[in-house]
Amino acid sequence: MGSGAMGSLLSGIFTPLFAAFMGLFERPMGWAQRRLGQSKIAWLFLAPNLIIFGLFTFLPIILNFYYATTGGVKILPEDRVYVGADNFKELLTCDDYLNPNSCNKDLFWKAVFNTGLFVTLQVGFMIFFSLITALVLNAEIRARGFFRSVFFYPVLLSPVVVALIWKWILQREGILNGWLTSLGLDPIIWLLSADWAFFWVIFVSIWAHMGFYTLILLAGLQAIPKDVYEAAEMDSASAWRTFHRITLPLLMPNMLVVLVLALIKGVQSFDEIFVLTGGGPGSATLLIVQYIYETGFSVQPQLFGIAAAASLMLAIVLLILTLAQLWLNRKSVDG
Amino acid sequence: MASRTSTAMSFLTRTRGRNGPDWTDWLCYGYLLLGVFLMFGPVIWVTLSSFKSEAQLLEFPPTFLPYGQISVEVEGYDDALPLFEITAGEHAGKRLAQIRRIGIQAQMVDPADPGERIDIGINDRTPVREMTFAWSNYTDLFEKFSFMRYFWNSVFITAMATIIMLLFNSMAAFALSKYRFKGRMTVLVIIIATLMIPVTIVLVPAYLVVAKLGMLNSPWGVILPGAATPTGVFLLRQYMLTIPDELIDAARMDHASEWKIYWRIILPLSAPALAVLAIFAIMWRWNDFLWPLIVLSESEKFTLQLALNSFQGDLNTQWHNLLAMTVLTLLPITLVFAFLQRYITTGIANTGIK
Repeated sequence: MGSGAMGSLLSGIFTPLFAAFMGLFERPMGWAQRRLGQSKIAWLFLAPNLIIFGLFTFLPIILNFYYATTGGVKILPEDRVYVGADNFKELLTCDDYLNPNSCNKDLFWKAVFNTGLFVTLQVGFMIFFSLITALVLNAEIRARGFFRSVFFYPVLLSPVVVALIWKWILQREGILNGWLTSLGLDPIIWLLSADWAFFWVIFVSIWAHMGFYTLILLAGLQAIPKDVYEAAEMDSASAWRTFHRITLPLLMPNMLVVLVLALIKGVQSFDEIFVLTGGGPGSATLLIVQYIYETGFSVQPQLFGIAAAASLMLAIVLLILTLAQLWLNRKSVDG
Repeated sequence: MASRTSTAMSFLTRTRGRNGPDWTDWLCYGYLLLGVFLMFGPVIWVTLSSFKSEAQLLEFPPTFLPYGQISVEVEGYDDALPLFEITAGEHAGKRLAQIRRIGIQAQMVDPADPGERIDIGINDRTPVREMTFAWSNYTDLFEKFSFMRYFWNSVFITAMATIIMLLFNSMAAFALSKYRFKGRMTVLVIIIATLMIPVTIVLVPAYLVVAKLGMLNSPWGVILPGAATPTGVFLLRQYMLTIPDELIDAARMDHASEWKIYWRIILPLSAPALAVLAIFAIMWRWNDFLWPLIVLSESEKFTLQLALNSFQGDLNTQWHNLLAMTVLTLLPITLVFAFLQRYITTGIANTGIK
């Protein structure tokens, strides 16, 4: 069966189904239109979205403040006791703020420090490699479409799959240790050494996400008019100068957008790392979202108040980053 | 140093082809081939490994292809016996099956003459190997691991969530792009505001809401909270703004109802934007992890991602089945990508959403 025949078969089934389904709403919507009038019916079109936003986004935002200021291990709001800022105090009490072990909630601070280091290194190296890759893909090469999709492919894989792929490669008797042994080196138990585990968590996270940022930077590079380069060539500007004075400044808006996007995503990293290392060894790769998840849901007793207070602090960081993003977007639109 | 950076830059920034390939081209292609190796290699390695039997997976260092030792059925023995080639001694060149190993001696038997036992030093024999595909890694998933249930759970959640999201988001986008009504700006601003609130920061209260609605351990608890994505509303609204209002005015002249205008005119004309959004929704939902992890705690409600995670968490990981399951989980997305890659990559480059 050709793809055309397949397509017409699909639409032959799909179109009547779609029409029948949409037809179901014809009468109620017609009735509503007569009652409400033509412009107020817009609210009816908005209703499903607003109800879902309301239930699963706005209500939780308000409740989050409530949870953050109440204590106990009960999930039901009516069973919880008001404790004021105690949850925040508990999280923020430290003898020495530079030493997580001296803190009341040492795991929280460990997670904060880890997240800070992780985000700095992951975002820094990821943007560096994305930029190089975008520049290479923008050069005169054959099969650009193919190579572009090669770098993009891991972006589509699920975090669990990504983690399992690398877990298999990095395991004690994995292929990487196989290579080390064949080179005459001692095998390393990658994920049980704190430093190596941290390295691999960053590496895997870059592996999984850099394709997305490469794509955005590539789109930015392709938007730079070619005649700018021709002019530079006429003036026999050196390659470094061309890059430094033309490519980089013209790419700056995209770089900033990519930077903020990567920061927002990086701060919320959870899935791959949770499956790859589980935050271990010890708490060497524990990040903030995993701390929130474990405090609220997987470690007994479930401290919802502490988890909500930590979420709120994460929310403030994200809010600042998102405002920066909106500001940058506006700036790049205005030129 | 300066000259080195400058030559490195010349290959990164040149835009005009020169006569014939020079060393910067080689560097470019070298980088790209390294990329192919790094990006595809791990997936290929996992796929090849998933065809190895449990015994082959324990071999260290691992072989690249699924080579395994041949086993033969020998009369008088219940289990198949591993086959060896004898390398030294009076039996050199023969292929014998091993019954058991005692210290540095192996008790062996000639499959053609099962009556006689032969003792061979363990260093005088090498395993006879050939490429075998352990399909049982895959068939086990269906027989022992109720793979189809997880697969169905994932398909159901992905399909339902995508359909509901397209429907709700397109309705909202229609209202926000084609009507002038009081409060329109307020709604828009509210939707912009929700862009900033990922589920990660409202985990506890969102869990409570889902629990109160009785949707814990139900696929609907996973489907509904994410059904109204602000990104989707925006993408569709921007697209619908480009549809001329004259079409709607003409339809109203013909006494078409507002609902009919929505599904007969606006939806078909928004098909390209809907398709992009559908692809994203499928990817998001198929790969979703944290929220399902919180909502679904009964293993029979698990999605594929949760099932994979819980199997890998077992103390004695059954890698041969786990790898097969990993491959089956990445297969649908890989196929979608293989057919739609141009569409996906341009869609992302244009909209900047992931």
